[in-house]
Amino acid sequence: MLQGHQTWVFESKPVIIGSAAIGGPFEAQGNLAKDFDLLHGDIWLGQDSYELAERKFLEEACETAIKKAGLKKEDIQFFLSGDLINQIMPSSFTARTLAVPYLGIYGACSSSMEGLSLASLIIDSGFAQTALVGTSSHNAACEKQYRYPTEYGAQKPPTAQWTVTGAGAAVVAKDGEGPHVVASTIGRVIDMGLSDPFNMGAAMAPAAVDTIEAHFRDLNISPSHYDLIATGDLGRVGHRIAADLLTQHGLDIPVEKLTDCGILMYKESQPVLAGGSGCACVATTTFGHLLNRMRKGELNRILIIATGALLSPMSYQQKETIPCIAYAVSIEM
Amino acid sequence: MLAFIIGGTICVLGQLLMDGLKLTPAHTMVTLVVSGSILGGLGVYDDLIAFAGAGASVPISNFGNQLVKGALQEAQKTGIVGVLTGIFKITSAGISAAIIFGFLAAVLCKPKG
Repeated sequence: MLQGHQTWVFESKPVIIGSAAIGGPFEAQGNLAKDFDLLHGDIWLGQDSYELAERKFLEEACETAIKKAGLKKEDIQFFLSGDLINQIMPSSFTARTLAVPYLGIYGACSSSMEGLSLASLIIDSGFAQTALVGTSSHNAACEKQYRYPTEYGAQKPPTAQWTVTGAGAAVVAKDGEGPHVVASTIGRVIDMGLSDPFNMGAAMAPAAVDTIEAHFRDLNISPSHYDLIATGDLGRVGHRIAADLLTQHGLDIPVEKLTDCGILMYKESQPVLAGGSGCACVATTTFGHLLNRMRKGELNRILIIATGALLSPMSYQQKETIPCIAYAVSIEM
Repeated sequence: MLAFIIGGTICVLGQLLMDGLKLTPAHTMVTLVVSGSILGGLGVYDDLIAFAGAGASVPISNFGNQLVKGALQEAQKTGIVGVLTGIFKITSAGISAAIIFGFLAAVLCKPKG
């Protein structure tokens, strides 16, 4: 049901009955290593290209999530997935492997929450009993796609972020045990005129703030409703901007409650510049770390605001600015 | 000491082009090569090398200088066609080395990400 301008409230409260996070070697050294279901020692996974390796990550995340939900591949009625590679190749190729009805989505790094919103909508409206959401990113594949191949050794400014290598997936169902998806706020595209692909956090922060404000306005609740509000993946630079903007807009969220998936992911000692990014950043942090904390009873209500920078290599070459989007999903135990 | 200061200054210019003017690494490199070739054409770059030694001869700007120098030398000997035949004469060692070592690295190594 639509509430306010842009928020869906799922009356049947679809359940996340299984979720999985798969990561690479860099994530294994990070803060959230113990919350991954599987961590790989290299980023090739025995494949011939980084893109194929990314597909492998996504396939493993999907398989693990289905297994943890106690289901079989055939029980999944719809698969929704997105990633950052040209024409969302890892997602579509994973859908080929899974061989279930598939909806390919693109929301850049916000794909996980875009997918979770749509999957919850499908379940809530009764169009399916089970849906699978997946998303992936790969550091080397992403650098190649959006910036420079890493072998080229181009310098990066301190505002740049480190793309997470990995994948996250979640099975959403009508009935079952687990955290419930209660509401989703669908963001508007916000473009503040920034064009630096090495400072995505700053470009995405206003989109996150717009969606957070809309969420609280539409549902008529205050930040105290949530135990944790996590944006992703603004990184250190964008997080500070978002926090300042929220305060300016009169929405005071206590410092300990507002966090960012891009900051949570890695240790401060890791050379990730401003923090983590990529589809897999929010996906693995949420579907791994945060849902685990909810299942353990440490968190009851969380709000995840996944942000996406909707630039393309083409728009960058044509000197366009970076349009950004954010989707907020409210999850309750 | 002079080599350190002049060489360092050229590198600082490159860094400023990237950070200040937001040029891409490729644009920065081309800007330095073209600047070197213009200075070489005006005959100034060799004076800079005499003054600062490796500080001026090691940075990429000297590659531009050498391109122009080779072209001019060959043009004097064989006429206008020399501009085409001489342009890579002095720099051929560098270019060949880049291609051969690049090839060997690509054959022997696998990028780690």
